[in-house]
Amino acid sequence: MIELDNVAYSYGGGELLSEVSLALQPGSFHFLTGPSGSGKTTFLKLCYGALTPTAGHARLFGQDVRGMSRDEAAVMRRRIGVVHQDCQFLDHLPVADNVALPLTVSGRDSLEQVSNLKELLNWVGLRDRAKALPPELSGGERQRAAVARAVIMSPDIVLADEPTGNVDWEMSQRVLQLLIELNKMGKTVMIATHDMNLIRAAKTKVQTRVLRIANRRVQAAGADL
Amino acid sequence: MNRLLGNFLSLFSRDAQADRMVPPTGFTARLTLFSAAAMAFLVVFALALSMATGRLAQRWGEELANGSTLRISAPLAQLEQQTAAALNVLETTPGIVGARALTADEQRALLSPWFGPDLPIEDLPIPQLIEISETEEGYDAAGLRLRLQAEVPGAILDDHSRWRKPLQQAATRLRMLGWLAIGVIAAVTGTMITLAANAALAANSQVIAVMRLVGAQDEYIARAFVRRFTLRALMGAAAGTVAGYGAVLLLPSAQGAGGFLTGLGFQGYGALWLALVPFAAAAVAFVATGVAARKSLSELS
Repeated sequence: MIELDNVAYSYGGGELLSEVSLALQPGSFHFLTGPSGSGKTTFLKLCYGALTPTAGHARLFGQDVRGMSRDEAAVMRRRIGVVHQDCQFLDHLPVADNVALPLTVSGRDSLEQVSNLKELLNWVGLRDRAKALPPELSGGERQRAAVARAVIMSPDIVLADEPTGNVDWEMSQRVLQLLIELNKMGKTVMIATHDMNLIRAAKTKVQTRVLRIANRRVQAAGADL
Repeated sequence: MNRLLGNFLSLFSRDAQADRMVPPTGFTARLTLFSAAAMAFLVVFALALSMATGRLAQRWGEELANGSTLRISAPLAQLEQQTAAALNVLETTPGIVGARALTADEQRALLSPWFGPDLPIEDLPIPQLIEISETEEGYDAAGLRLRLQAEVPGAILDDHSRWRKPLQQAATRLRMLGWLAIGVIAAVTGTMITLAANAALAANSQVIAVMRLVGAQDEYIARAFVRRFTLRALMGAAAGTVAGYGAVLLLPSAQGAGGFLTGLGFQGYGALWLALVPFAAAAVAFVATGVAARKSLSELS
């Protein structure tokens, strides 16, 4: 699904990531960990085509990112759900519209999808907040809305960048639970986090693989977790 | 071309959704509306000018074409004899269809604006006027002058084309100037809308980034902006056109004052052109915003 082949990325001043090779298997559950600034977000951006590797090849669904036109990249992004670190909502539109945004921009906002939207908001526990504007939401509500938006197109892969960054432990458990449920439905999930407790909590519920970024490389973490 | 037209028309029906994606910005919206209105207002006057000068050129052409005047200045005693001689010469000149001496009443009517209606014209040494009608090809003015000099020494030939042509030329130039002004206004409108669109695109870069993240294609994002600016230009220009037309209607009519200057208004089907002004402004906005949006989107990562 996502294949990185000897990928490197640099923002201009030296490489942030190098010699990254990885193939995400369908239905797998990954954690990506590493200290702040080690390149977790950059790695995820390489995975959904927001960045083009400065060396090596990134293939998404068999297509090389480097050869994609802007519109092809846009269409490809509809197959990958992304929960962004800072959520990235349109602040002037209510939560329901924000969650439905991927449907709207791809022209699939049919009536049938609207009922799906209700179910989805129910699932993330935001039914009563559907008409609220994003700035009115709490941190946890924003994260859950972001998860809902990431999965509304029923993507094959869900990438989450620090989905529990701004929320308390209880709320982070709820967000994690949503992502685990998605994985049980067959989605490939990758969560970037520096929260070891979250990873430990997940390990009791689902089979996970942990990737760690250290010294610009992405490696499989050992059994210490 | 058809695709472009299809896109243009689809703005009015579909894509209200795309429009909602971009948060409304009251100030830019009002500025765009205002500039479209102001430009349309000016276009109305430029159009009025073009049409009025067009009519003027046509009228001067029609009234003065195929016509010359012969003026005979002679002592009263010889006037009648010289008139007869002149008529004789004129009737035998190739290229002249007819010649007719103006009656005393007609001459009095010509002079009445200056001397009043009760002028005792018979007692004054007023030259006799002869109206000449010529064929399409006209006559040889130089040859006629020579013949008249020999036979009717007091005759002066006044060939209208001598001063008609520069007038007609001036009117044509004025008309071209009117069209040029309309062209310039269209270009300025395009420029202003491009600037406004660029400002809007820059102000909404966050919105554009979010839309890209959730898989919106460039065309979809561009349409949101294009639709908005096209509708604004359409509405603004419609208001400006109505205001401009109202102002033209308020101009005093020149018809009563001898009709030399035709009124600076719209006559007959001329007013129908005005209906096109808002759509022309919308078309300019459609193209300008489309180009600006696609350009600025292609520069994003």
